[in-house]
Amino acid sequence: MATNTYVAHAPGYVDNEGVKIVSSRFGYEDSYTLERSLATGGYTAMKAALRLPPAEVAATVKDAVLLGRGGAGFPAGIKWGFMPPVWPRYLVVNGDESEPGTYKDRLLMERDPHQLIEACVIACYALGLNMCFLYVRGEMALAQERIADALNDAYAAGLVGRNIDGTDISIDIVLHWGAGAYIVGEETALIESLEGNRGMPRLKPPFFPAAKGVYMKPTIVNNVETLANLPFIINNGATAYKQYGSEKSPGTRLLAISGHVNRPGVYEVEQGRVTFRELFYGDNYCQGIRDGNELKMFIPGGGSAPWFFEEQLDLPLEASAVGPAGSMLGSGAIVVMDHTTDAVRACLRVVRFFARESCGKCTPCREGTSWEEQVLERILDGHGRPEDIDLLLEIGASISPGAYPVAAHPAAGLDAAPFPPRQTTICPLGPSSVAPITSAIRRFRHEFEAKIDAATPFDEPVHPEESARAGSPA
Amino acid sequence: MTAVEDSAAETPEAEPGTPFTLDGREVRAKDGELLIEAAQRHGVHIPYFCYHPRMTPVGMCRMCLVEVDTGRGPALQPACMLPVTPGMKVSTESEPTTQAQDGVLELLLINHPLDCPVCDKGGECPLQDNAYAFGPGESRFVEEKRHYEKPIAISELVYLDRERCILCDRCTRFAKEVAGDPLIHFIDRGAQTQVNTFPEHEFSSYFSGNTVQICPVGALTSQPYRFAARPWDLTEIESTSMVDTTGARVALQASQNRLVRIQGVDSDATNWGWLSDRERFVYEATDSPDRLKEPMVRAGGADPVPTRWNTAIGRTVDALTGPADPRRIGVIGGARLTLESQYAWAKLLKGLGAVDNIDAQLGDGLPAEVVLGLPRATIAQACEPNGVVVLLAADPKEELPTLYLRLRHAVQFDGVSLVEMSPRATSFGDDVAARLNPLPGAAGQIAGALADGMVGTSLGGVPADQLTTARQLLTSGRPVTVIVGRPNLAESADHVVSAVAALLRLVPGARFLPALRRGNLHGALEMGLTPGLLPGGRTLDTTLEGWNMPPQAPGLDTTGILNAAVAGTIDTLVLLGADPITDVPDADLALAAFERVGSIVSVDSFMTESTRRADVILPAAMYGEVDGSFLNLEGRLSPVQAKVTSPGQARQDWMIAAEVAAGAGGDLGFTMLADIRREISEMVPAFAGIDWSSAGHGTDGPIVLGDRTFEPKLAETAPVPPSDDYGLRLVVDRRLWDKGTMTANSASLRGLAGTAALGLSPADMVRLGAVDGQEVTVTLSGGATHTATAVTDTRLPRGAAHVPFNLDGLDARDLLAATKPVVELRVTVG
Repeated sequence: MATNTYVAHAPGYVDNEGVKIVSSRFGYEDSYTLERSLATGGYTAMKAALRLPPAEVAATVKDAVLLGRGGAGFPAGIKWGFMPPVWPRYLVVNGDESEPGTYKDRLLMERDPHQLIEACVIACYALGLNMCFLYVRGEMALAQERIADALNDAYAAGLVGRNIDGTDISIDIVLHWGAGAYIVGEETALIESLEGNRGMPRLKPPFFPAAKGVYMKPTIVNNVETLANLPFIINNGATAYKQYGSEKSPGTRLLAISGHVNRPGVYEVEQGRVTFRELFYGDNYCQGIRDGNELKMFIPGGGSAPWFFEEQLDLPLEASAVGPAGSMLGSGAIVVMDHTTDAVRACLRVVRFFARESCGKCTPCREGTSWEEQVLERILDGHGRPEDIDLLLEIGASISPGAYPVAAHPAAGLDAAPFPPRQTTICPLGPSSVAPITSAIRRFRHEFEAKIDAATPFDEPVHPEESARAGSPA
Repeated sequence: MTAVEDSAAETPEAEPGTPFTLDGREVRAKDGELLIEAAQRHGVHIPYFCYHPRMTPVGMCRMCLVEVDTGRGPALQPACMLPVTPGMKVSTESEPTTQAQDGVLELLLINHPLDCPVCDKGGECPLQDNAYAFGPGESRFVEEKRHYEKPIAISELVYLDRERCILCDRCTRFAKEVAGDPLIHFIDRGAQTQVNTFPEHEFSSYFSGNTVQICPVGALTSQPYRFAARPWDLTEIESTSMVDTTGARVALQASQNRLVRIQGVDSDATNWGWLSDRERFVYEATDSPDRLKEPMVRAGGADPVPTRWNTAIGRTVDALTGPADPRRIGVIGGARLTLESQYAWAKLLKGLGAVDNIDAQLGDGLPAEVVLGLPRATIAQACEPNGVVVLLAADPKEELPTLYLRLRHAVQFDGVSLVEMSPRATSFGDDVAARLNPLPGAAGQIAGALADGMVGTSLGGVPADQLTTARQLLTSGRPVTVIVGRPNLAESADHVVSAVAALLRLVPGARFLPALRRGNLHGALEMGLTPGLLPGGRTLDTTLEGWNMPPQAPGLDTTGILNAAVAGTIDTLVLLGADPITDVPDADLALAAFERVGSIVSVDSFMTESTRRADVILPAAMYGEVDGSFLNLEGRLSPVQAKVTSPGQARQDWMIAAEVAAGAGGDLGFTMLADIRREISEMVPAFAGIDWSSAGHGTDGPIVLGDRTFEPKLAETAPVPPSDDYGLRLVVDRRLWDKGTMTANSASLRGLAGTAALGLSPADMVRLGAVDGQEVTVTLSGGATHTATAVTDTRLPRGAAHVPFNLDGLDARDLLAATKPVVELRVTVG
């Protein structure tokens, strides 16, 4: 049956103490095989679900308050209810994980593809549809291969496809490889890409996928991790699921921690029961900052998220706590930076990512992000001007008007502005580029000023040889 | 303005539509109307770049962001994507709105070069205008701007300057959505996003000039207009394109008495603002070195020599009064003329001279009585949502490109189903609902089978499923419009008439839209420049006041005139803007007639192959230089207006007719255009109530179709010629770019005409063992042979061969003969 040649797991997962809802098989070397899946309860939830009325499956998911794990944190059960009674309709699995710092869906796809396939079938059944597109990021070769192998095995075993498990239910899952664009993680851009067009976001309204998605038909787009929770929920019920995590945010989250900690990696953490401090310093988690250094700042939810600082360390890891504090838990990517980090350089690093990944569709993002990048580069090149600091904030205001989300800084008398930001753009990519700028300038303005004070006057060349080439007078 | 507002405020409940608040005013939008359109109707201009009323909104430029409160607090929303909902509160001047506008404009300008002083768009540039009206006034951008190679030619006619581009998606959207030629596209991403063509494929669309017109900056410029004028030097007048029968509305723009640009004008009825590149760039012909600027006469067999108008008129009078019998005079042409000139010439020849051998069609049209007698559709009726359109005509993209855009929109967006009955598949491609494509000669038979319900088995190579689908569509009760033209110059028009008769039998309520392409042909038919009819489509027994010497019996059509000339029964041939040598399908016949006929009078604007052979040449003013009216294929009357003066001594056609009448001792009774218009209104009942000075000015003109005093003779009698297994049936049709007079005299368009080769279906190529580009021998049924280059033509059904008309390369006229119902030929390799 399985023809998989063994490829070692890519690193990233940390097998610590604690409840394992979606990463229960991650510790096995052969976790991605059908044999291991079946031996550890794989597909039992699917078989049970197919024998329940679809509405009951959907109701269980709704009762479990399964919050979306892709970034926005919207309850999946409620999202599922938005589809008008129109067929055909589609399920799209968003496996285009590419937020800077995020690598938890990659592990879910690489290490337990059958869990995802099982979840897709459950979701399709609950939604009354029979076509699912599994969109996997272009760069994730191992995930693509393992899902492809797993799909072949599942089809061969009658677990996907025609008359699944002997029932009269038929569901197809189509694996689609992305071509490498961050923006395609945005659901409407993903749909465009899936249709064969340039991956550029559609405007919402009117193109809410639940009403007008793939081929303008009702479409549910769910994140990989969101769906990965379904087998557990069906097997154990909503009440059991809600025993974990907090009241508002039941269950666990996979958090991908990177940066200056002693033990970076992906941890499955119960929502709301662990604080950032415990996560960074606890023995069961990251075991402290490297070299015993001071924490300078951390990004709590991927490159798009405004930065947090030591004042926010005692917040619980829960969207409802992080949002009002001025940032987001987003896709669960936490980047930790110690006191050796140059705030301006870190800011440029994140801004450059968004400038390079802007799809170019709408003006503020296309022009604004690259302008921000140019100004930051110039400051770091030793060409900064005093007015550049406010200019950066004002470019940001053209992309994201109004009060931009920011963490409180009691020492400076600065209050928190809650998430999310407003936008003049079509999608949140442009406003995301404002996060590092606002965060860095509000907190570390003196670092910008220091660079500008030390700068060569703006009208004098920093690199005389380049100016000479350009033909300007010496 | 205040008065209107007050009255609206008094009875808000009685008014239909969606109430909303616009800058504090209570106003109403039409149901489903977009905010940007509703605001404009109420006098509030919301700035935009990417929005275009004739294309799907995309909300990309973000210029139209306004603060909208739908009950959940104010938020910035793009007005071009937002339908008005009841109670919506819109603030177009609030602080957040103006800040967003400032921001978007500053961002658009950071990378936009400030080369306005040398930019063609400067002075009529939406980016300039919006920057002045809504922008921040200065830029804080001190970095280096984005650089690209300065303009690159993306086609023969269009240049692209990517530095100026603001990536609004208008041109790319037009190419994909409107024209169906998705040859330009966004490539790369982020700040490096650019519009470009695909490698090895230029933007060779028939509609490329529209992208230049709708470009909101100077990124796209047209080769003919580049650096030709500044917008503030231009004067313009609204007119109607006389290039084909669609009658697209245009603005003629001139600088220093020279036409330099034609822009499309948005007309609901006809072109929706779009133009084909032929309609757009054909103004160059007014400056052609081949323009006729002075009268000429032939003196003793040598080349024609310039003379005075008096002499030329005198020679014309001699040629017309010389023959004792008016039946010895033949007149070909008239479709180039304005309606008023057509009436003047009709009155001169028919009313005062009893000449009825007059035909404005050149053997490539349909019987006038069929065109005039069938119930006529408008373009809007043909494009009615969920209708059925039968395409019994050549590819409209080649012959009537602006009509093609309307039909394409109807098929793409409005659920119109196409039944294709042209022998060669058209540019609608896979959008066709039923593909019949009868072999030449079989159209009547196929239509008859549809009418008889004999659709269970394939017939003449048309599969049964396509026949079944076609019959289902035609009998579904959906409105049916037949686009009827001459799909094939190599088969007799009788086959088309047979098919029309059968379709009318199947769908008695069907309407017809004639797809004949020749300029103001419908004006000519309506004014009686066709055998057997007087103005208003009335028969010769009608009495018209002042028409003292009307014809006694119906005369000959063009083919008949040429045959009679060869037979020696025509002494004088008058050409009214016609070039039979080039334009008549049977070229041998035309040449023989020209050899034999006594004297030839040509009234034309250009020195053509036919004019060159004339004995008297009368230079006529052309499109752009003449005032008058145009009747399009719907029968819609619209104004033609002069923008520049005609060169040299060229005169308007109706004045020439009046001079000839005076020279012969008569009097047409016209000293100015208004005289002719008054007389048309008196003579033709359909024109009775027309206010000529306002009809079609700033609005769509009225439909004017005369009363018919006859029933069209429609018979399903054209026999289906038997075919042998080795013969191929010839299909000859026209391309947009050919060696036609107007195209050939336009410097930028001349080079676009391709080369004719012999197209064969893939199956026939395989059967013959021929490969693309191979030399083959074509043998006609009479035995004559020609050498041709064979190419695969995937649009052809098996058993047909295709040659485009009037191009270099294989000359289709060598293969055509006016007398044959179809042309059979045999192709051999080697």
